[in-house]
Formats: sequence, C-alpha cells, structure tokens
Amino acid sequence: MHKFLIHYKGDHVGVAVEDIEKNEKVLGVHMDDDSIIEVVAKEAVPLGHKISVAELPPNQPVIEYMVQIGSAPNGLSVGDYVHTHNIKTSRW
Amino acid sequence: MERQLYGYRRENGKVGIRNHVVILPVDDISNAACEQVANQIQGTLALPHAYGRLQYGEDLDLHFRTMIGTGSNPNVAAVVVIGIEENWSKQIADGIAETGKPVAYFSIERNGDLETIRKASWKAKEFVQWASELRTEPVELGDLTVSIKCGESDTTTGLGSCPTVGVTIDRLLDSGATVFFGETSELTGGEHIIAGRMATPQLKEQFMNTYNKYVGQIESQGVDLLGSQPTQGNITGGLSTIEEKALGNIEKTGTKEVIGVLKPAEAPKDGSGLYFMDTSSAAAECITLMAAAGAVVHFFPTGQGNIIGNPIEPVIKLTANPITASTMSEHIDVDVKGLLSRELTLPEAGDSLMECLVRTVNGRLTSAEALGHKEFVMTKLYPSA
Repeated sequence: MHKFLIHYKGDHVGVAVEDIEKNEKVLGVHMDDDSIIEVVAKEAVPLGHKISVAELPPNQPVIEYMVQIGSAPNGLSVGDYVHTHNIKTSRW
Repeated sequence: MERQLYGYRRENGKVGIRNHVVILPVDDISNAACEQVANQIQGTLALPHAYGRLQYGEDLDLHFRTMIGTGSNPNVAAVVVIGIEENWSKQIADGIAETGKPVAYFSIERNGDLETIRKASWKAKEFVQWASELRTEPVELGDLTVSIKCGESDTTTGLGSCPTVGVTIDRLLDSGATVFFGETSELTGGEHIIAGRMATPQLKEQFMNTYNKYVGQIESQGVDLLGSQPTQGNITGGLSTIEEKALGNIEKTGTKEVIGVLKPAEAPKDGSGLYFMDTSSAAAECITLMAAAGAVVHFFPTGQGNIIGNPIEPVIKLTANPITASTMSEHIDVDVKGLLSRELTLPEAGDSLMECLVRTVNGRLTSAEALGHKEFVMTKLYPSA
C-alpha cells in the first residue's frame, strides 16, 4: 500500500497521504503513469507533507507538478522531509 | 445521471437557482434599517457590510458594481435598496432595475430609521409574497454561471479536490456554462500556465498586466509573506511556498482556454466560457465579487477546512483531506479522500461533484447554507477620503 503520491515522474518531491515514520520504508506512486518508487524516510513526514525522492545539490530548483516550486538552499537527499525549513520560494 | 435541472429564469433570461428577496444597504450606516426590515418580513435577506461612505474613483466604481451586481444576480428575485442618501440609493436601484426585476429604494435622510423601516417593510412584504409564487422551470447546465475558488488549501487540494473541480469544470464548459476563476496573487508561480491558456495575445497581455499590478502592490509593502500567502493553515497542511500553492490551485481551472479577463465584480459580456477575474485570494471577498458578476453556484475545494458560505450564492465544498473529512464533516458536501488512497478515480470524483451540483441546483441546501454561512464582504481598493 502506497504512503505517498508523486504528481509526475521527474518531480523531486512526493506528498504523504498517511503519516510516515522516521526510518520507515515506504512506497510512492507516480500519478501520471502508476509506477512505484520505494524510499526510506529520514525523518517523520506527516500526512500532506512532502518527502524528497531526488538528490539535489544546494540552490537548485525544486520541481513538483513538473514546475519549479522554489529552491533548496542546502540541497535535498532522497528521504528528506521537505518543508519551509529546507525549501524557499523563489518569488517573494 | 444527467437529471433534469430546474431553475428560476429571470426577466432578462438569466437563470438562478435560489429565489432571494434581498434588503440591500448602500452603506454601513443603513445596515440597521435593512436588518430590521429583514427581521420584520420573513423570507427576506439583509446583506449588511462595512463600506459605502466617502469612497471615490475606482474604489467607488467597484462598490457600485458590487452592489448593483449583487442585486442583479439571478439568485435574487427582487431587491429593496436602503441608503442614507437618496442619490446613491437611486443609482444602485436603477442599475439593478436594468435586469427587469422588481426593485425599490428608500433613503433615510428626512425620514429616520423608523419611517424608512415602515415603508421598506411594506415593499419587502409585497416583493416576498410575489417571489414566493415564482416557479422553477427546466433549465440546462449551459444556463449556469459557476464560480470556483479554493481555501485553506494544503497538498491534498492539489492532489484531489482541485483536480476534481478541474474535470467537472471542463464538462460544464463543454455544456456551454460560464465559469469564473480568480485569486490573482495565488497564481504566483503558475501565472505563465494561465497566461499560456489565454485565447488571444491581447488577453494574455491584459492578464499579465492585471497580475503584475496586483503582485506589484503586494511586493511594494516590502514584507515577508510567509504565513500570509501561503497562510499558516496552508503551511500546517504541508504547503511550503506560494508556487506550490498556486500549482495546486490552478488544477481546479481545468484545461480549457480562457476567453476573458474581468475586473472585480465585472459581469462577462462575451458569452459563455471560462473567465479570469482579478480578485483577492481571501475567500469571502472573492466569492462576493464573483456572485456580483452573476455566478449562481460555487465550487470550493478545501484542504484544512475553510468553512466559507455566501448569502446569495450556494457554496459546494469538497475535500480530499481525510482528517478534514472526518473532523469537519458537517462542512463538506463532497468527500473525495478516496483519491489519496486511490480507491476513487478522478472521473468518479467528478461524477460525485456533478451529482452534488445537480441536487444543489434543484434546491438541496449546501452544508454552508444549512449552517447559516452568509459571508458578504466587499473588496476595498484603497482608504476612503
């Protein structure tokens, strides 16, 4: 049973649809092609919050919906909990 | 599933789904008289608000447009206008009268509240008894003007409730309906997507000018918007940036081209189709403007649970957030949380929303109506003189 959803293949983040625990091995589904990905969560990710499915160097654009939703000043690793502490708007 | 719809066809041919007799204050100090009339005459509806004095220029134009548009909405059968001064009261009544519906106006100066209430109550009684005999008739989906705006969004709105509205809006537009979306600041990060859906290069330019003006005004305040846009509730729900919020928001606009860019509360003149309206992203302000432009029913996707309603335009609320669906179920008309667990497909979710729309058009009260949510909030462009 999946615990997170990814809008499009190539997105850097998925969204938890149930609470995910730290160190939990969880399945995610890409909503565009139904393909499955397995990730180990490095931290707890509450329902509705994001988990990284990509390795990103610092200051790179973060992609969701195939569009930039901000950037990650310190980069991201697979399994990171992703929120306002590690991604920032590029707009205001 | 496509059941017959029934609505009120008004004197100007527009179709409404409710039959309100409105007691409309021109200004803040006429609220008391309007509320007294509505208390006196059962079945009438006062719409108290905070403004209408010493406004000028574009801000005054918007006030008049919102007042006249509200009275002109096809969900309204007849209107009693009450203002402190005769001139503006008459201007608003005359504007509403262009629809052909019954309207009367009263001014309080030289009369006082008590005499005004007496005279206005007689007229309100006449109007409400007349309206109570109006009957619905068969109407089509294409007769409807629908508005959309989401609120207390979270990541589940982008995953579930907004795409549900998106597929439904596409179906309504295919049936010839008219649809309004807005929330100018909340397109930030996806404004290029909306710009790319404008039907002509002129509209694209008009849209970008409108967008840049609104966002420029926000940016001129020089403040960090985190906590305001996105809101604290958005952040609690997992949204991290305005771009992420906007991309979820835009899901609800479907896939069709946009055929017009409207000023706040401006009624469309170019026929049926999808229109962008320049509005605040605050729910009550936005829906009040869209109702004033003629929308008769609203789709409101919510994540964390915005409880908004409108006095004249029924608001249908849907959520994909399982916590909201269970802890705030009295506010939710359509539960699409199955989209997250993938027990529900998007076409099935769209069917549920369409079913709810049909029942709402045919008279079933929405949750917001049953709970008495009547948020009527005027948009103010700048301070009064």
